[in-house]
Amino acid sequence: MLVGELGTTLTREEMDYARRQLGREPNGLEWAMIDAQWSEHCSYKSSRHILAQLPTSGRRVLVGPGYDSGVIDIGDDYVVAMHIESHNHPSAVDPYGGAATGIGGVVRDILCMGTTPIALLDALKFGEITKSDHSKWIMKNVVRGIADYGNCIGVPTVAGEVEFDDCFERNCLVDVACLGVGRKEELLLAQATHAGDGVYLIGGSTGRDGIHGSTFASRTLRADSDQERSAVQIPDPFTKKLVIETSLEAGRAGILRGCKDLGGGGLATGLSEIADKGGMGIDVYLEEVPVREGDMGPVEVMISESQERMLFVVKKGSEGFLDDIVRRYGVQHARIGEVNATNRIRVLHFREPIANLPTPLLANAPIIHRKAQMPAVRKLEHSPERPSDLRSPLLDLLASPTIASKEWVFRQYDHEVGIRTINKPGEADASVLKLPNGKYAAVKVDGNARFCDLDPYLGASSVLAECCRNIVAVGAEPVAFLDHCQFGDPNDEEIFWAFSKAVEGMADFAKAFPLPCIGGKVSFYNQDEESHKAIKSSPVVTVLGLIEEPDDVMKMGFRDYGQALVIVGRTRPELGGSEYYHTLGRNGNAPPALDFELEVRTDRTVHECIRQGLVSASHDVSKGGLGVALAEMAIAGLKGASVDCTITQEDKMRDDELLFSETNSRFVLTTNKPSEVLEVLSKTNVPADVVGTVEGNSLRLGLNTTNLDFSVDTLRAVYVNSIQGILEPWQK
Amino acid sequence: MKVAVIQFPGSNCDRDTLHVLRNVLGLDANLIWHNDFKDTSYDAAILPGGFSFGDHLRAGIIAAHSPATDIIRKMAEDGKPVLGICNGFQILIEAGLIPGALLRNSTLKFVCKWIDLRVESCSTAFSCSFERNSQLRMPIAHNEGRFFADDEALDRLVAEGMVVMTYAHENPTGTSRRIAAISNKDGNVVGMMPHPERASDHILGGTNGLKVFESMLEWARC
Repeated sequence: MLVGELGTTLTREEMDYARRQLGREPNGLEWAMIDAQWSEHCSYKSSRHILAQLPTSGRRVLVGPGYDSGVIDIGDDYVVAMHIESHNHPSAVDPYGGAATGIGGVVRDILCMGTTPIALLDALKFGEITKSDHSKWIMKNVVRGIADYGNCIGVPTVAGEVEFDDCFERNCLVDVACLGVGRKEELLLAQATHAGDGVYLIGGSTGRDGIHGSTFASRTLRADSDQERSAVQIPDPFTKKLVIETSLEAGRAGILRGCKDLGGGGLATGLSEIADKGGMGIDVYLEEVPVREGDMGPVEVMISESQERMLFVVKKGSEGFLDDIVRRYGVQHARIGEVNATNRIRVLHFREPIANLPTPLLANAPIIHRKAQMPAVRKLEHSPERPSDLRSPLLDLLASPTIASKEWVFRQYDHEVGIRTINKPGEADASVLKLPNGKYAAVKVDGNARFCDLDPYLGASSVLAECCRNIVAVGAEPVAFLDHCQFGDPNDEEIFWAFSKAVEGMADFAKAFPLPCIGGKVSFYNQDEESHKAIKSSPVVTVLGLIEEPDDVMKMGFRDYGQALVIVGRTRPELGGSEYYHTLGRNGNAPPALDFELEVRTDRTVHECIRQGLVSASHDVSKGGLGVALAEMAIAGLKGASVDCTITQEDKMRDDELLFSETNSRFVLTTNKPSEVLEVLSKTNVPADVVGTVEGNSLRLGLNTTNLDFSVDTLRAVYVNSIQGILEPWQK
Repeated sequence: MKVAVIQFPGSNCDRDTLHVLRNVLGLDANLIWHNDFKDTSYDAAILPGGFSFGDHLRAGIIAAHSPATDIIRKMAEDGKPVLGICNGFQILIEAGLIPGALLRNSTLKFVCKWIDLRVESCSTAFSCSFERNSQLRMPIAHNEGRFFADDEALDRLVAEGMVVMTYAHENPTGTSRRIAAISNKDGNVVGMMPHPERASDHILGGTNGLKVFESMLEWARC
């Protein structure tokens, strides 16, 4: 196969660089391997130097970015690993297979650290399902893909978020994060460090699915992209379940030197990365690779991204133990290579060398310094008319798919398997899981494309701040995060500017916290050539928190009648990028401000209130503002409340601003001891007020010019039935 | 009492079930890989939930024809307690050890939720510690849990006390007569869609499931 037929994404400069470094013209197979490994997807060639701004060290960090997963020390000789992946392009052309194989990939990233996957989270972004049948189809199949795969492999899907916006109509975003736990002494790294160790391919056969998957993901979608389904891998969760068991048992048996997931770029990428990390070389015996189709050429075998495959680097002399384990689980395995000290990746076909590349050359794509250009200032929008009635706007917001209950989604996920899930989906701001050392992990994934579209710096820092608030709201201390940057074509200078600003925003907030980034992912080219529209800037973050005591675990539902409501933080008229403006068909001019210092101080102090046992329920205020936050607490607890919202305003403002502003640094708490809560908060000068009481079965909101009264049943019906009614109006 | 928890390839509630039996109830329980299950000295056996053999062909049917199920059949004939949870229930049905069929949920979707149940029969190995008509809460999580039999057969099941548990209020899967758990005629073999092992810890949502396993001990004592 010639380079031309491959549709390479390499630039002329990159090809010249490769020729210069190698001192000769690479052959077809070598070009294919370089193309796969140097794709944006695998090499981070445009983003690596920008991502370097993120703080990555911390007292608990054992493994930071650059490996398959980040790893955190949780004490007592246990570790938590976490990673995030997206499968955006595959899901856009094959939502079921694309989403399912996205889970497969991130689970393998956890496995190759020697840790057991214990939870999945997904952040999904679709077009407007209220208008688009295409987006309904995408959403239904993405959710079914996640459910069928995640449920079968026995890893619970415990939390997530779903956002809807027109910009995702042709480019849905499907992000999956996975959490693993393990013993510190059983931690593995994806590296080959000892000459003579065997390189084994474990699991599924190599087929023609997923050929050029990374290359496909490293360019924009085209009108004929649905013809590229061969770039999407085929999911096989049953084989994956057996690969999970095999990997864990091999890890525990101590026979592995290293372990590597085969994902983007296939064998070409997997082999070059483990060799490069260990400073070694590998001889690959191509004819030993189990193939699904007999007539596959060397290029196809080396770059196929067929699923359910792992590379094991097995300690010399331990091969017999591996045979016993794979036989028990009936998993296919083959010795496809051997580690050596040459620092070269050599592909042999029946002893005939057909590719021979220096490991460092293959594994390290030259950095691309792209140009960034700040876009022209947009035309200012005027505030909308003051609504005559605020009742229907609040109900509209509760029904808006981005805010409405995601019950239709999470009921399809087994969120209980593993018997660890304390906070179930929909009950709290973040999922809380039991850990084997008697502590608890809190985890959440968040994004906000509308904020980031208006101001990528402020938007991205607010996304990380909101995710930390969610973690604090369930009683946890944030300890690490993952970033996932999703943007359009990086060749577009304005898009690259937005990407750079978003990373800067996350980095600055993370430094202020301080919170280490232990991994992440970059997905560019989320745009299509038909509409020429890129997605809005969509960084997504995952924050991990730890809880020491079971009594600190918080949910959001109102718990007991008679308890006082405390609103932490002040409300300002900040509706830019809000869900309220979105329901009115507007964007606004700027997202809410974020005072890093106040935000962090608020988080720390609210956490202190929870740790002192003063709080009975807590919820952060974000999408939909105070109105939605209070309604969600009433719905989750099936109890009403009377609340004077006016106390929280900094200056007198319009009632729609008071109710729906998405001002940062706010929480709603319920408590039996309001004066003690206020005292703790006042010690660090965090503004807070007692604003009402949990009572009755309706939510009564006092505003500046009017009062509102909703029965909790009405709120609940609107909130819970919305997405179900859109996707399956025929089901009750 | 020695309890065997059988692991098929694709089982995924095996360790959860073992944890509850061993660490919560302090029983002598072991995980046994299906190919290694040749020993008939166990006093009881549990087929845990999951996706044995990937649900290929039909949920439970491949495991139902495995040699391990021959041992299970022998234990059932000897009157020993045998419990199938979720996929284990599907295996017992496919093996013909309990009557009826399990169809795809009427919603055509997987459903995972905590649900109210009512105990209909206390004369089985996995319900004898409950009061009749008592209400329980346990989670369900399945795609093919809609119990089905014709009316005549259903009447007979009810009359012979083989309906062990029903869904108390909502019927989440469209199952016949709200049936959630059913037994064989002798009451020593029970299949249930709800997961008792997931309802065995207060912090996870409740402990109603423990009595299912405690019943097994009481049954053995009688």
